[in-house]
Amino acid sequence: MNNLLSTAGPKFAQVLIAVFGFLAIMAVIFWIAGRANGRKVKPIANIVFLGPAAILLILGLIVPAFQTIAFSFKGEDSKSWVGFANYHWIFTDPDMRQVLFNTFLWILIVPIFVTFLGLLLAVFMDRMKRESLPKSLLFMPMAISFVGASIIWRFVYNYSNPYQPQVGLLSAIVKGLGGHPQNWLLDKPLNTFLLMLIFIWVQTGFGMVILSAAIKAVPSDIVEASALDGAYGFRLFRYITFPAVRSTFIVVLATQVVGALKIFDVVRTMTGGNFGTNVLANEMYAQIFVQFNQGKGAALAIVLFLLVIPVLLFNMRNLRLERSER
Amino acid sequence: MSKVAEHTPGRKLFSSKFAALVVWTITIIWTIPTFGLFVSSFRSKTDIYATGWWNVFLHPHFTLANYHDVIFGSSTQAAVGNGVLPYLVNSIVITIPAVIIPIIVATMAAYSLAWVKFKGSDFVFFFIFALQIVPLQMSLIPLLQLFTGGAHIGHFTLIPKLGIAGHFAGIWLPHTMFAMPLAIYLLHNFIASLPRDLMEAAYMDGANHFKVFRQIVIPLSIPAIAAFAIFQFLWVWNDLLVALTFASGTEEIAPINAKLASLVGQYGSGWQLLTAGAFISIAIPLIVFFSLQRFFVRGLLSGSVK
Repeated sequence: MNNLLSTAGPKFAQVLIAVFGFLAIMAVIFWIAGRANGRKVKPIANIVFLGPAAILLILGLIVPAFQTIAFSFKGEDSKSWVGFANYHWIFTDPDMRQVLFNTFLWILIVPIFVTFLGLLLAVFMDRMKRESLPKSLLFMPMAISFVGASIIWRFVYNYSNPYQPQVGLLSAIVKGLGGHPQNWLLDKPLNTFLLMLIFIWVQTGFGMVILSAAIKAVPSDIVEASALDGAYGFRLFRYITFPAVRSTFIVVLATQVVGALKIFDVVRTMTGGNFGTNVLANEMYAQIFVQFNQGKGAALAIVLFLLVIPVLLFNMRNLRLERSER
Repeated sequence: MSKVAEHTPGRKLFSSKFAALVVWTITIIWTIPTFGLFVSSFRSKTDIYATGWWNVFLHPHFTLANYHDVIFGSSTQAAVGNGVLPYLVNSIVITIPAVIIPIIVATMAAYSLAWVKFKGSDFVFFFIFALQIVPLQMSLIPLLQLFTGGAHIGHFTLIPKLGIAGHFAGIWLPHTMFAMPLAIYLLHNFIASLPRDLMEAAYMDGANHFKVFRQIVIPLSIPAIAAFAIFQFLWVWNDLLVALTFASGTEEIAPINAKLASLVGQYGSGWQLLTAGAFISIAIPLIVFFSLQRFFVRGLLSGSVK
């Protein structure tokens, strides 16, 4: 305990130095830059306000992106050029075929479940009283790390000898229903779907909250008028509610596609990508930090990047439309 | 018309009860896994390995031993060593600057892009928005190299080696960098919609951009800043990838999540400790989340709903 206090003190001192040091430097720069006048005022303000963000973005994202493009055409030591060999490996290697197929399954299944379940919950919540407690509970997994979530779900997927009492919830339910529990996480291809379930469990609350807000934004006089015209239940949903929230629905779908494409933590902590559950982002991590093959890792990063571009273009178009409406 | 009107009360009653039933059923299913972990964290090692957690309802038997071992360390469980408290401290030390600094930098950039327009400022905004798509993984290796070796063109040293790998600064900086695109985008949306009259009145009164930024933009943007702060807090606290890359799993700087991830690998011997450790790491974001939920939801909405 004493030991903890003696190490924690200097650590918190570093926090204070970092935060207040940063604030002090900014205050000095503001003070100096604020004394400028005449035609230089605007350019100086731009440089002071945008400069720090620009430096961080250039060093942290832009330059690394170009370096990664270069790495992807080099060998594992990132010295000799190998042309398209790394890309050739991604699209021809039998193990990689499994990885690509799994990633494809993730982006196909996860967004559909998250958005439809989120929409169902949002629509039903709109019709019930006292929605705040279920809303908070459904949203709660969003605050839990994937590491925490994977520990939570280990207690669901655990498997013991069939003649012993089952500790895992899923095994116990299957046994209770008269089935045979199995070692779920080793069972290909079922295990990939069980990992997706964890991701869906985390993300459904996100879809629900956002769609719920969109539904609440539908003007109530429209809903009432159409109710008078005889639109109820599913008809009301189909002809009034859904068209009104469609753009939000698509945005949620797009975020989930990107999330599923980049999925890493769940696979890393649950199976480490073994037993046929590997996905692109995990393979990239493994190539870089386990196999120490930077070339292959970089090529995988580029493939990920290229796959996200269509979603990005779509979002950009939405953003432009939104701005032109303002 | 009249037929519909007659049916209205009945249908509504049915649909709202049915809706509540569906929502509550899903909510209970959704909560059970977390509840199971919570219950398990109070069960003894032998109980956890022998029976499912739901057996506590038949044979209630609880212990705080797991929490004691995880917090204060255990002589019989080598994996937890001196306990997780040093890692918990690290998580806090990593998170505070990694939330505050990106917010200030991003608010400044957002103000400049929204109110100090220059030729091409719209393009810069779209470009930053587009950077959200660069996978974090692309940056890890180049950043590590920058921290350990600096940047050179031939023999000319562009940036000296920063020497911050293995220090807290080496984790704060990547988190700050990776937060930029989303932070600037969210805050820009909010700051751009501040009332034009107010800003112009301030400029008329002779306030320069720095004064307007401090005295008008920051105070009025508090809702958006709070929303993003919670978002970033959860991101940094729950992060595993940046922690694994930039903080080798040492007690000196590694956060609690990295420690838990390594315990998961050895869980065969200490599952009961994992339960308590996981709950300690989950508790802080949950407290923050439940107390500031309103802001968090608002932040998410400003990001994805117009």
